[in-house]
Amino acid sequence: MEAIWIIAVGSLIAISCGLLGSFLVLRKMAMVGDAISHAVLPGIVLAYLFSGSRGTIPMLIGAAALGVLTTLLIELFYKQAKLQVDASIGITFTWLFAIGIILISLFAGQVDLDQDCVLYGEIAYVPLDLWIIGDFNLGPRTLYIAGFMLLVVLFIIVRGYKGLFLTTFNEEYASALGIKVAFWHYLLMSSVSLTTVISFESVGAILVVAFLIVPPATAYLLTNQLKSMLWLTALFAVLSSVFGYYLAVLINGSIAGAMASVAGILFVMVWGYTVLKRRVEPKLIQK
Amino acid sequence: MNDTIRFLSFTDPNVRYVVLGTMILGATAAMVGCFSFLRKRALVGDAIAHSILPGVCLSFMISGEKDPLWLILGAIFSGWLSLLMIDGISRTTKLKSDAAIGIVLSVFFGFGILLLTTIQHSGNAAQAGLDKFLFGKAASLTKDDIMIFSGIGVFLILIILLLYKEFKLISFNPEYAKVIGLPVKFLEFLLATITILSVAVGIQAVGVVLMAALLITPASGARFWSDRLGIMIIIACVFGAASGFLGSYVSYIAPAMPTGPWVVMALSVLTIGSIWFAPKRGVFSKWRTFWKNKDQILTENILKLFYHLGEADGNFETARSFQSLMESDRFRAYDLGKGLRKLKKRNLIRKKDAQWFITASGLKEASRIIRLHRLWELYLNQRLKLEPDHVHNDAEAIEHIITPEIEAQLASELDSPTEDPHASKIPYPTQS
Amino acid sequence: MKDIAIETHNLTVSYNRRPVLWNIDFKLPVGQIIGIIGPNGSGKTTLLKAIMGLVKSSSGYVKIFDQELEDVRARISYVPQRESVDWDFPASVMDVVLMGRYRSHNLFKRIQQKDRDLAAEALEKVNMLEYSKRQINQLSGGQQQRVFIARSLAQGADLYIMDEPFVGVDAATEEAILKLFAEMKAEGKTVVVVHHDLQTAKDYFDWIVLLNTRMVAAGPKEEIFNQDLLQEAYGGKLDVLSKVGELVRERDFPIREK
Repeated sequence: MEAIWIIAVGSLIAISCGLLGSFLVLRKMAMVGDAISHAVLPGIVLAYLFSGSRGTIPMLIGAAALGVLTTLLIELFYKQAKLQVDASIGITFTWLFAIGIILISLFAGQVDLDQDCVLYGEIAYVPLDLWIIGDFNLGPRTLYIAGFMLLVVLFIIVRGYKGLFLTTFNEEYASALGIKVAFWHYLLMSSVSLTTVISFESVGAILVVAFLIVPPATAYLLTNQLKSMLWLTALFAVLSSVFGYYLAVLINGSIAGAMASVAGILFVMVWGYTVLKRRVEPKLIQK
Repeated sequence: MNDTIRFLSFTDPNVRYVVLGTMILGATAAMVGCFSFLRKRALVGDAIAHSILPGVCLSFMISGEKDPLWLILGAIFSGWLSLLMIDGISRTTKLKSDAAIGIVLSVFFGFGILLLTTIQHSGNAAQAGLDKFLFGKAASLTKDDIMIFSGIGVFLILIILLLYKEFKLISFNPEYAKVIGLPVKFLEFLLATITILSVAVGIQAVGVVLMAALLITPASGARFWSDRLGIMIIIACVFGAASGFLGSYVSYIAPAMPTGPWVVMALSVLTIGSIWFAPKRGVFSKWRTFWKNKDQILTENILKLFYHLGEADGNFETARSFQSLMESDRFRAYDLGKGLRKLKKRNLIRKKDAQWFITASGLKEASRIIRLHRLWELYLNQRLKLEPDHVHNDAEAIEHIITPEIEAQLASELDSPTEDPHASKIPYPTQS
Repeated sequence: MKDIAIETHNLTVSYNRRPVLWNIDFKLPVGQIIGIIGPNGSGKTTLLKAIMGLVKSSSGYVKIFDQELEDVRARISYVPQRESVDWDFPASVMDVVLMGRYRSHNLFKRIQQKDRDLAAEALEKVNMLEYSKRQINQLSGGQQQRVFIARSLAQGADLYIMDEPFVGVDAATEEAILKLFAEMKAEGKTVVVVHHDLQTAKDYFDWIVLLNTRMVAAGPKEEIFNQDLLQEAYGGKLDVLSKVGELVRERDFPIREK
C-alpha cells in the first residue's frame, strides 16, 4: 500500500517537472532549470523559519519568487556586467545554494530540513504524513499537493500551448508579431520555480533536476512532434518513478537517487536505440 | 574568540596542515577553472563534480576503505565517463550541450546518491563520513590525506605552468593552434584530465555539490580585473586560496558545519565585489565613466553657447548674465550653475560682478568644439550624403569625442574647408 | 513619392555600444520589390531588426505606412534568417505555417478552420502543400525557406520583410520565391529583402538600397547600378566613421544627448 503512495507522488511530481522541462530543453535552458532548482533553497529555508511549519501557501509563493529572482540575477550578471552566460548561471546558483545550506546548519533545530535531505528528499516518508479530516483518512498530504500542482501545470500547458510553442520555436518572429515574449519566458520560469519548491520536500534538488531534464530529453530523441514529446515525457516520468521505487527497495538505497538512475537508464537505452537505428537505416531526405 | 586566536596563531599543527591544504586546493581549482571559463565550459566543470560521486562510492564498495588513492581512481573513472557521455550526447543526437550536461549531471549524481545511501544503510562501519563528499569537511582531513591531495594539487599547478603557452593557445585560438601543428587533441585530453583531477582533490574541501563554484567563481571575478590570462590566473588563485583559508577557519571553530558553503560564500563575495568595484571593468567604474561623459558634454556645451552668442553679437568679450545664458533654453538652472563653476575652476570662463566672461583659453576651447561640430556636419553632408538639416543632431554628440588625430584626418579629407553645410565659418586656430 | 511603405529618419543603431548604422535616411515606396544590399557587416540585418522593433535605436525613427510600428504590426510580416531557428524542433510544416495566424488576441484561443485554410493556401503558393505533414527537420534548406515564407503569407500582410531568403536555396525554391514576388507586386504588396549577392540583385529587385554602415544610395535599380555608387558601397568602410565608431564604443559615449 505504501508503495502505491510513493510511486504515485513520484509520478505526479515527475510528470509536472517533465512537462515544464520539455520547454526548458527546447529553449536550450536546461541548465537554467538546474540553477533554479538549487537557488530556491534559501527561500525555502527562510519560509520554513518564518512560517514555522511546512507547506503554507505564502511560503511557496515566496520561495518561488526567489526562483524568478534567480533568473533576474543571472540576467543582471549577463546583460549588465557582461559576464558570459555559463558563468552567470554557475555563480548565481552556487552562491544561493550555499546560503541555503548555511541557513540550514545555523537553524538546524528550528527548521525541519536536513542538509543531506535537501539533495534527495524524503519521499519515503510521504505515506506517513497523512491528511486526516475527522474520521476520514484521505491519504498522504503530499499526494494532493502534487496532484494539484500537476493540474496547474496542465492548465498552463494546455491554455498556453500556442504561446509556448511559438516563443520557444522562434522568439524573434513572435516579437515581430507583437507577442509579449517576456511574459511567456517569466511564466515558464515561475512555473519551474513553483514546481521545484513544491517538489523539494519530497524529492530534493537533484531529483527535481533529473525530472526536469531527463525524461523530456529521452522523449525528444524519439519523436518529431511536440505533442508526442509531451506524452512520451509523461510516460518516461512514470516509468522512472515505478522502477526507481523498486530498485531502491531492492538495494536499500535512496528512492530519489534510484528514480534519477532509472531515468538515466531509460535515456541511455533510447540513446543507444537511436544511434543504432541510424546506422542500420540511412536517413532519408526527400527532395 | 579564543578559538580564533588559537587558529590564527597556527600553533596547532593540524591547523597548519588543513589551512595549507585547503588553500592549495582552492588555488589549484581556481587556476584550472580559468581555462574552463575561457573555453566557456564552466558548467561542464559542474557536471564533472557531480559525476564524481558514484565513482567515489564505487571505489569504496570495491576496495572496502576510504583510501585516498582509490578514491582518486574512482573519481577519474567516473569523471572521464561523464565527459565522454556529454560529448557523445551532443555529437550523436539532436540534443544540445546544455541538455547533455544537465542529463549527465543529474543522472550520475542521482546514481551516486543511490550508492551512497546504499552504503550508509548497509551499516558498514568504514563508510562513516563518506557523506562529507557532499559538502566537504576540511576539519576531517587527516594529515596524510592532505599531503596526498595537496601534493596532487601542486603537481597540477606545475603542469599548467609548464604547458602554459600551449594551454593558452588552445583556449584562445584552437584553429591557429592546429595550423601551427600543436597536438590539440592531446592537449585537450590533458586539460580535461587535469580538470577532473583538480575536481577530485577539490571536493575534499568543498564537496561535489558546490565544487563548480570553486572552478567558475574565482575566474569570473578575476576577469573583471584583467583580460590578460596571466594576471587573471594570479588573482583567481588568490581568491581561491583566500576562500580556502576562510573555509578551514570555519571548519575549525564550528566543526559541525560543512566547509563547502563557507568557501563558496567567500568566493562569491570576492567575485561579486570584483564585478562591482573592479577598476575599468567593474559596474561602478562604468557608472563613473557615464557621469564623467555627462559632465564633459555639459561643460563643452556651455562653452559652445558662449561662442554662439559671441558670433551673433560680433563680440566674444561681452559679459553674459546667468539669465541670458538660461534664455537659450538648453540647460536646467542647476546644471548651468554646476557647469559654470566647473569651467571657472579650469579658467575657461571667469566671473565678475555676477556676470560671466569667456577667457582666452576658453575661447580657444570653444572654437575647437565648434570646429569639430562643423567639420563633422560637413563630413556627414559630403561623405554620408545627408541633408544639411539632418546633420546637426549627430554633430551635437560626436563633437565631444573627436580626437585631434581624427580632426586632422577630417580636415585633410574634406580639403581644409572653411564653411559648414549651413554656410557658417569654421574657426581654425590662429597662428600666434 | 506617392505612397511610402517605410521611412527612416536619422536612424542610428548601436550594437555592443558601437554604432553599426549611422544616420540612415530613406523613403521606400509601396508596391515595389526592394533589395537592401551591401558588404558583410554593413548593418543590413540590423536595419531590418530596427524596422521591426527587435533592436532599439540610439536615435532617429522609423515610420511604416506613415505610422508607428505598434499601430501597424498586423500589416507587416517578418521572415527571419533561416539559421536563426533550430530546425530540430519537433514541429510539422503545417505547425510552423499556422504560427503566421497567431496574434496577441487569439493566442489563448484554439486554431480555427479558417486559419488552417489560409495556411494551406499559403503553402500552395510556395508549392509546399504536399509537405504539410512533414517534420521540419526532414526538409532541405530551400524547403525550409519556403515554409518560412508561407508562414508570412498566411499572416496576410501588406509589407513583407525578409532576411536573406535566397541564401543556400535550390533552383526550385529560387523560382518559387521570384514567382511569388511577381504575384505580390501585382497585388500591390511591398517586399523588402536583405540580399547577399550583388549580381542577382539586379534581376530580382525593382528598387535598391545600398548600405555600408551608412546609406550610400536608395532608388530605382537603374539609378543605383553605376560604378561610382557600387564602388562607394563595396569599397571598404569609411575610415573616419569607423574610428569614431570605435571611440564611441571605447568611451561608452551616449550617442544622443537627452
